[in-house]
Amino acid sequence: MSMGFSANMSFIRRAFRKSKPKVISVSTHQNTWRDYALILVPYLWMILFFLLPFLIIFKISLSVTQIAIPPYSPIVTFEEGAMQIILHLENYTNIFTDPEGTYWRSYLKSIEVAFFSTFFCLIIGYPLAWALATSKPAIRNVVFMLIIMPSWTSFVVRIYAWMTIMKKDGLINDLLIHFGIIDSPITMLQTDFAVYVGIVYCYLPYMVLPLFSALMKVDYSLIEAAYDLGCKPVKTFFTTLVPQTKSGIVAGSMLVFIPALGEYVIPELLGGKGSILIGRVLWQEFFNNRDWPLASAVAITMLLILTIPIIWFYKIERKEQEGAYGK
Amino acid sequence: MASKSNIARFIIILLALGFLYLPIATLIVYSFNESKMVTIWTGFSFKWYVALFNNSQIIHAVGISLLVAFLTACASVVIGTLAAFVLVRVRKFKGESAFVLFMTAPMILPEVITGLALLLLFVTLGDFIPLFSDRGVFAIWIAHVTFCSAYTTVVVRSRFRELDISIEEAAMDLGAGPIKVFFAIILPAIMPAEVAAFLLSFTMSMDDLVITSFIAGPDSTTLPMVVFSSVRRGLSPEINALATIIVLIVSIFTFFAWLSMVRKQKRMAADAAKAKKATKLEEQGTLYNHQ
Repeated sequence: MSMGFSANMSFIRRAFRKSKPKVISVSTHQNTWRDYALILVPYLWMILFFLLPFLIIFKISLSVTQIAIPPYSPIVTFEEGAMQIILHLENYTNIFTDPEGTYWRSYLKSIEVAFFSTFFCLIIGYPLAWALATSKPAIRNVVFMLIIMPSWTSFVVRIYAWMTIMKKDGLINDLLIHFGIIDSPITMLQTDFAVYVGIVYCYLPYMVLPLFSALMKVDYSLIEAAYDLGCKPVKTFFTTLVPQTKSGIVAGSMLVFIPALGEYVIPELLGGKGSILIGRVLWQEFFNNRDWPLASAVAITMLLILTIPIIWFYKIERKEQEGAYGK
Repeated sequence: MASKSNIARFIIILLALGFLYLPIATLIVYSFNESKMVTIWTGFSFKWYVALFNNSQIIHAVGISLLVAFLTACASVVIGTLAAFVLVRVRKFKGESAFVLFMTAPMILPEVITGLALLLLFVTLGDFIPLFSDRGVFAIWIAHVTFCSAYTTVVVRSRFRELDISIEEAAMDLGAGPIKVFFAIILPAIMPAEVAAFLLSFTMSMDDLVITSFIAGPDSTTLPMVVFSSVRRGLSPEINALATIIVLIVSIFTFFAWLSMVRKQKRMAADAAKAKKATKLEEQGTLYNHQ
């Protein structure tokens, strides 16, 4: 993981800026050949190293594994002067008709884990973002930095820290036994519980930052008005705060849900045999079974599942940008 | 009412910071533990730090990681600046939304997908360009630049948007060429964002495990890969010592980031106050003139 954090750098800047920035006038500027030359560098880089790879994944997902270097069958072959194109669909049919159901079960399990992790991040992150947004600026700055700082330290090391805390003779069990709350240690490591703790711990900042930026822009007099008119706190929350922070809720949820769906390291280190998430399946097919075509088909299917959340996130982001900058 | 929500705020922040820092604090405390059993305290000792510095595998991996991270940060700052310039200053062009999508997607896609995609690309390209099939520092560098430049674009772009284009136009009118304008006017103004982007891609490159595992061949093991394989084998006190050193370095940088943030806000507040005062004086002046 380790990603996502600075996806929010723009959220942060937007949040800390009280007034709207000057809208830069570009009307006098005509695109010249020089501008197009500038566009070309990042554009080509991204096409070469980002779009092209996906086409290659798709291509390889339509071949079958064979013992060779590289370990997959060619799609186009020439035999006796005839060009043959062989597209294998076995990998995809395997995913859905595998008798043990390993693949579709792990997709469902991943969606379940990603969904509940997002939900837990939201219910923990919302109060935190609120507390941050309504604090005094001096306190806000310090707490803000303290919330981001862990995500700058090593990701694997943070997961490792939870292993020391949650294992049988770890900190939590030791404390609980010491104070006589339990008699024998609870098994926490290698359960779904540990996976949830790990995901919430690592992804919480990505939920908090967009929420925080949305909550900074809220008109709090509306809440007072609702109270004055006798509205109950719960109703006030859902009728004033939630609609005003909708973009932050969606952006934060997508920033957690999308990467969590394919998470590999956390279920591998903290989860048990039951936490077979799709990221782990892909990893095993690729590294242990060396079945590159099947791993590619798993990746393409995962991408298809993620299309809707990605487009949703992208739309919200664009709207936010246009709203804030008027481009 | 106000004090009630103050208490709520205090408790929420305290609980959250407790949750975020409990694991880190545990690692630090146990890194000074003499016992090999990671969680049983027997006495204070620096021996795991000594063991860490004598572990040639880790030291070698640190070297590779630092090299890759430095090269990645340099390249992704350049690409990110170009992309940010394009997104802010160039008028709408064909394929702009595809461009934006390319620049945002690497940030949110699950890393297993990006890693697999890049590896398959390198294997394919390796047929034509042998440098890619080595799967060494060069290939890791290309992969890291691809996902890091997405982040640097976002960071630099938000600073770019605050720049006043009229200064550049004035310089152009006075005869400065585009390259001179960039180095004399734009670059100094976006410098803080460039530094932030550099540090960000440096940390992300240092920290990446999943994408690198797909790309890296047997001779180019990076630090997160060594840590991961040793953690998978079981708990290891040396990792505690390593974690403590990482936390120390990161907190120094965080402290400076916080300092510059506070300074910037103070400066902005001071500017705002000055502007207010000036408007007030102007108003008084107008009033005076009218009398």
